[in-house]
Amino acid sequence: MLLIPSLALLTIGLIGSPFLLGVINRTKAISAGRKGKPLLQVYFDLIKLLRKDVVYSRTTTWIFRAGPIISLAGLVTGMLLMPHGGSPAILAFSGDFVLLFYLLGIGRFFIILAALDVGSSFEGMGASREALYSALTEPILFAVLVTLVRMTGELSLSAMIIKMSPDFWAGSAAALILLIVILFILLLTENSRIPIDDPNTHLELTMIHEVMVLDHSGPDFGLILYGSALKMWIFSALLTGLVIPLRSGIFWIDLPAFLAGMFLIAIGVGIVESTMARLRLLLVPRMLVGATAIVAVCIFLTLK
Amino acid sequence: MMNNPVIALLLLIPLLGGIAALLIRRDNPRRALLVSVAGIHFLFSFTAEGAPSLHEGWFALDPLGRLFLCITSTLFLIVSIYSLGYLARERSLEKEVRTDFESHSMFANGPESLLTACLLFFLTAMTLVCVSNHLGLLWVAIEATTLASAPMIYFHRRQQSLEAAWKYLLICSIGIALALFGNFLLAVSTATLSGGEVELLLGDLLDQAPLLQPTWLKAAFIFLLVGYGTKMGLAPLHTWLPDAHSESPSFVSALLSGALLNCAFLGILRAMQILNAANLAAFGQELLILFGLLSMGLAATFILHQRNFKRMLAYSSVEHMGILALGVGLGGAGIFGSMFHAVNHSLTKAMLFLAAGNILAKLKSKSTLDITGLSKSMPVTAALWLCGFLAITGSPPFGSFLSEFTILKAAIDQEHFVIAVAYLLILSIVFIVMGTIVLHMYQGSPLVEPDLPRERELWISVIPPAVLGSLALILGVYIPPFLQRMLAEASQQLGGAL
Amino acid sequence: MSDLIFVLLILTGFVFLGSGRLQFSIRTLALQGILLGSIPFLGSLQGLMGRVTFIASMSLIIKGLILPYFLTRAMHRSKAMHEDHPYVGFTASMLVGIVCLGVSFWLTSRLPVIESKPSQMAIAVAFFNLFVGLFVIMSRRKALTQVLGYLVMENGAYIFGVAYAIEAPFLVEFGILLDVFVAVFVMGIMIFHISKSFDHIDTDQLSSLVE
Repeated sequence: MLLIPSLALLTIGLIGSPFLLGVINRTKAISAGRKGKPLLQVYFDLIKLLRKDVVYSRTTTWIFRAGPIISLAGLVTGMLLMPHGGSPAILAFSGDFVLLFYLLGIGRFFIILAALDVGSSFEGMGASREALYSALTEPILFAVLVTLVRMTGELSLSAMIIKMSPDFWAGSAAALILLIVILFILLLTENSRIPIDDPNTHLELTMIHEVMVLDHSGPDFGLILYGSALKMWIFSALLTGLVIPLRSGIFWIDLPAFLAGMFLIAIGVGIVESTMARLRLLLVPRMLVGATAIVAVCIFLTLK
Repeated sequence: MMNNPVIALLLLIPLLGGIAALLIRRDNPRRALLVSVAGIHFLFSFTAEGAPSLHEGWFALDPLGRLFLCITSTLFLIVSIYSLGYLARERSLEKEVRTDFESHSMFANGPESLLTACLLFFLTAMTLVCVSNHLGLLWVAIEATTLASAPMIYFHRRQQSLEAAWKYLLICSIGIALALFGNFLLAVSTATLSGGEVELLLGDLLDQAPLLQPTWLKAAFIFLLVGYGTKMGLAPLHTWLPDAHSESPSFVSALLSGALLNCAFLGILRAMQILNAANLAAFGQELLILFGLLSMGLAATFILHQRNFKRMLAYSSVEHMGILALGVGLGGAGIFGSMFHAVNHSLTKAMLFLAAGNILAKLKSKSTLDITGLSKSMPVTAALWLCGFLAITGSPPFGSFLSEFTILKAAIDQEHFVIAVAYLLILSIVFIVMGTIVLHMYQGSPLVEPDLPRERELWISVIPPAVLGSLALILGVYIPPFLQRMLAEASQQLGGAL
Repeated sequence: MSDLIFVLLILTGFVFLGSGRLQFSIRTLALQGILLGSIPFLGSLQGLMGRVTFIASMSLIIKGLILPYFLTRAMHRSKAMHEDHPYVGFTASMLVGIVCLGVSFWLTSRLPVIESKPSQMAIAVAFFNLFVGLFVIMSRRKALTQVLGYLVMENGAYIFGVAYAIEAPFLVEFGILLDVFVAVFVMGIMIFHISKSFDHIDTDQLSSLVE
């Protein structure tokens, strides 16, 4: 019984995550005064990529082929662990958040390995940058989760999110606001958005994530594109869980609230991308350490 | 309040004098104003015993405050007389382009009216420190002394003195910000009293001291000690002292070393009074002994390499502040020794700085290596310099011998043998090092340039330090009853005895 | 609500540690001043006497408007817009700030709770600002940044006083404000002299006075 809303939400997520990317792109276009790509453009891109042939360089090994597959596998499994709105996830147990983010971590690890496998220094440059940023964001991410654990007293991600009712909000508003800000910064960082990385850049020296996946072709690239959509969905779902504290228990109220939240977050990301410029590469660690500082403040607040 | 307005006059006269000094354009009236204000202040502070308190006990002259006020006033009077000669000479030299003898860059002096005004404001602020019975007001006064004295350090507008003045202003303000924290912690420690919070009036605090929350009180003491200790020159926060005291004009250095450091010490002593009344004296004493020995040790280390005799004197001040802290930390007879030593040190250090000023003015060098044969080129000043050295290092028959001996005896009586040995060791090191430097400067034949005219030393530059020296000498043989009484009452306030 | 202000005060402390742009730091200092000045007004309004309101508004005006204006003028006159090479880099400074925050909370936990007083968080914030101010003074070169560090320290002490509603008499409160104002005034004049005399305000170059 309980599984049906969760399954429904999971399906919506699996199918609808590219739509989220479309919303972001459309927001950027509107604020730039353009008409922009169609909202379903990412789907068309995916279909186009899947129909293409794949080309493998002679210098690569099985890692290169395995990279996108492992990454996607990790992300889909992560979707199983991710609670959406007021409904628990398909798989929920104590400490599942550790598994979730390490699944994401494994995916990233193999993408990085695949990039290094190519043997070109160009992909290597992107890989090293990506590794640096993920090394900086991982402590922040886990600090956020630990704070949430302390605040809610629950060890399972689903239980934590379900506890986020308006009453809870009234009690620890300051810490939650800070956590939301940090999570938003993390969302931007993990999904390679401005101000950390520009997804639309065609200037090679400014690429971070794009350059890592430069060599994947056809279906592989399609898998990676779909994977990035799923990643955006997962982070947005976590953020929505905190931002929209509506827990009426009625599926037909929670679902639209949840979707509305995701939509708003996508628009928010689009606005941030349109209004800010990308940070200088050297300043990104400083910003991330600043985020660490804010998380430290949160932790101390909840310790009191 | 108005039947005996001594305290009010003690504060208002220098303040108004300072404002007037800014407005008077001609030198002679201004200098006359300076000396007369100093004289009036001197008279009032010595006759102010038993003056009634003002404003519900905010301004009161208890024995401890009176002791430091008298020291300050005496020093100020004598220094202001000396300054007449100094300023007159500076004024006459203004016609020529001055070059700094160390860096050979040109410099000018700041306006003399500003200097005089700052001197008088400085006197006002120090008087305020001595008469404040409210710890918040005490804080304001000590900060005011910093602000009044910083421009004086920069009187000779050279790059080094600017640097020294900046360091002084910044580091002392930091210390005083820490002391403000201490004041607030102290206020919170009164929150547990049944009548609610009390104001930081010393009398009330002493009465209620056993009931104050001990942890907060201890925390407050630490902050007050570190904060006011910075201003006093206790290690490790003394780093501003050598620069500031060596770069300012010599008579300003005399005031800074002889009067200002004492007033900062007064802040710590007030906190110590409260600790005593709250039966937490041991806590404070340990810290004082620690900082005292640390200051002495650091001073002795740095004095080893000195090539600048004014810096040497500044490090000697750090050492003596350490001795003062050590004396109070030992308790009992050590407190009496400490109070007596405050008197001796002020007199002697001021004398040394004034003599140094004479040497600097005549020979235009601060180097300890270059200057020799003072006994031939400046006999009177040289004699003062030598006697000053003997006095400051605690040789009999000067007063400092008695005071330092009293502290030593207190250490031995309490069986703190390690402390006593360390104390003696450091004093000996300083004696040897300073002796080497001073004797090198005193003996031998002068390295003066042949065309430097052999002037007679001016009376006005020699009599003031001579007076100070004679006082220090007399105190070594005979302590006048009024002084004995003042010292005894002051130490009793701090829980000591003879 | 007051919790939110305290969190903002902590965040401004981190801004001082992490930013090298002087104009931005001065604006943040102004923000701190405004936050501090508004804390007394957050409590129950019926307890506000005219005197407290006066002091609070004075400190708001002085710390939020006058001092930042004065500092900005000093900054333009000495032509120092950037803190270029601090002794401790900005990222490392922020990490040190996190440690200081931990130490502040630890120190606060060691002080016993007084029932009649509001939450201990104010003390932790006060300690934090004290440490941040001290660290900024020690790790930065430009004299103007050191003045900012001093003001942050004063703000820390002030947070303590204000949040705990320590009833200091009017004279003392006024005296404290006046002292800070005059201190910054004198410092500003000295910075002007330094920039004229040395052509810069890097204090690490003020090193002709060595042991």
